[in-house]
Amino acid sequence: MNAALDDAIKQETHSLSSWIMSRPAFWVFLAAVIACLVLTALTDTFATPQNLFNVTRNFAFVAIIALGMTVVIISGGIDLSVGSTLCLSAMVLAIVMNAGFGLATGTVAALAASLLVGAINGFLIAYIRIPAFVVTLGMLSLARSIAMVLSNNRMIYQFGPDEKALFWLGGGSTLGIANPVIALVILAIITGLILKWTRWGTWVFAIGSNQHAALLTGIPVRRLKVSVYMFSSLMAGIAGVLEAGWLGGVTTNLGQSMELSVIAATVIGGANLMGGAGTVFGAVIGAALIEVIRNSLTLLGISSFWQGAFVGSFIILAVAFDRLRADPELED
Amino acid sequence: MAILSLSGISKNFGAIQALDGVSLELNSGEVLGLMGDNGAGKSTLVKIIAGNFKPTRGTITIDGQEVELHRPVDARNQGVEIVYQDLALCDNLSAAVNVFLGRELTKGVGPFKVMDYAAMNARAGELFRDLRSETRPRDMVRAMSGGQRQAVAIARTRLAQAKILLMDEPTAAISVRQVAEVLNLIRELKRQNLAVILISHRMPDVFAVADRIAVLRRGRKVADRPTASTSPEEITGLITGAIESL
Repeated sequence: MNAALDDAIKQETHSLSSWIMSRPAFWVFLAAVIACLVLTALTDTFATPQNLFNVTRNFAFVAIIALGMTVVIISGGIDLSVGSTLCLSAMVLAIVMNAGFGLATGTVAALAASLLVGAINGFLIAYIRIPAFVVTLGMLSLARSIAMVLSNNRMIYQFGPDEKALFWLGGGSTLGIANPVIALVILAIITGLILKWTRWGTWVFAIGSNQHAALLTGIPVRRLKVSVYMFSSLMAGIAGVLEAGWLGGVTTNLGQSMELSVIAATVIGGANLMGGAGTVFGAVIGAALIEVIRNSLTLLGISSFWQGAFVGSFIILAVAFDRLRADPELED
Repeated sequence: MAILSLSGISKNFGAIQALDGVSLELNSGEVLGLMGDNGAGKSTLVKIIAGNFKPTRGTITIDGQEVELHRPVDARNQGVEIVYQDLALCDNLSAAVNVFLGRELTKGVGPFKVMDYAAMNARAGELFRDLRSETRPRDMVRAMSGGQRQAVAIARTRLAQAKILLMDEPTAAISVRQVAEVLNLIRELKRQNLAVILISHRMPDVFAVADRIAVLRRGRKVADRPTASTSPEEITGLITGAIESL
């Protein structure tokens, strides 16, 4: 009897292959791979080093922010202010460096401004209990407005003594890989490890699934929420610094409506807007798929007006697919 | 000696008297069925034992010591644990992580601490084996039966070394087979010398596992009898008021 019970308790339920197949991100990954193969076959221009370099660099910015958005969405929230936070971060960096300070000082100031945005978001959501949608919608407007006030709505394209270093950071490459892509890989690995291997990561999943239960077990839910929104703005801030370096100039419309691409990437990658589910891998693949679609339309000579139709369809398709797969579970 | 003893507990909410001089004793290794109609005062009494409410009058004695429970954490520190009706589990986490939620085991040095999944799975496996429940520590709670979910919720309380366990409607809204699983869990807890208060509407379940049944009606305790010396008909009469009191 006891031996039988031991066996039952130790038994593994899922094989590796069934586990992989059950991941939404796997299917999106498959779609992205197929799209790449088809493009390689149909065009001479897709699988060139230069094009692949551009594609990966282009999606790196969205993907970095999507890492933060994934964490927020897993926790059951949403952050609409990331595009404006990116703009504010880039603007603070530009102003500080334009005034003659170095890259390090500028970066610290930019990330501090971003973290402040996240702290305000988190405080209002966790302690004043205003819905995340409303708070971050307000911040979307507010942060960009602050960026306009700080710069007097002018473009800044001179970055003082460390200008070359900044341009290298955002626009350069190391061993043939664009620097923002390297930053993405590092940040994705860190985020993935944090989500899986720290108490913080476990708690993020817990509050996204059952906030009441999390409270009862003594998890510091409010402080946790503040840290989640700060994490999201930090990612937007980092993307802002890199994008400023890539573009070589900062305007106040930088990152406009970027939050929509970021949320799209996160959702396509399998994050559940109801909270409790999402993966780093999914977010990166989601961002990659959007960029591959965009790139393929250009290469195939299809009007760029179709871009939105394809991306929109993919968002709905990805979620519909997940629903169809999940429904049989609800019935038993 | 009784592990838990309530004496003359009353609770007023403004002009409403939810509890009126309730006294109750509970011994280790005993299962007490607490019954009563909606609004009879069951949940108020449970919330007082759990530290959610302070009684207006009366004393609570745990393990021979009079205690004041101001907050739920005070009750928890005294060895009182609750299994909530909705179980308060996170569907998207594994059984072991749910058991350890809020007191996860970690390993590492300084600020670099990582979750010790191996240790948590092993310890949760032991707890499930002690409960004689076929629950796999690595499985997601989402995919579990009602009985297995109960096992996870109860394993949480075993981890905390609870002496007194309050179970709020553990057999409501689950299938017949799962009810049997849950009743077995309660018998197992009794065998391990825990004191269990089972709050339930389901007469057959209470009669199946309780040693003693207490009935509340309109804030008063109207009966407190060994299960063997009463009948479902009598208890029904006491709950509805057809029988005044015993």
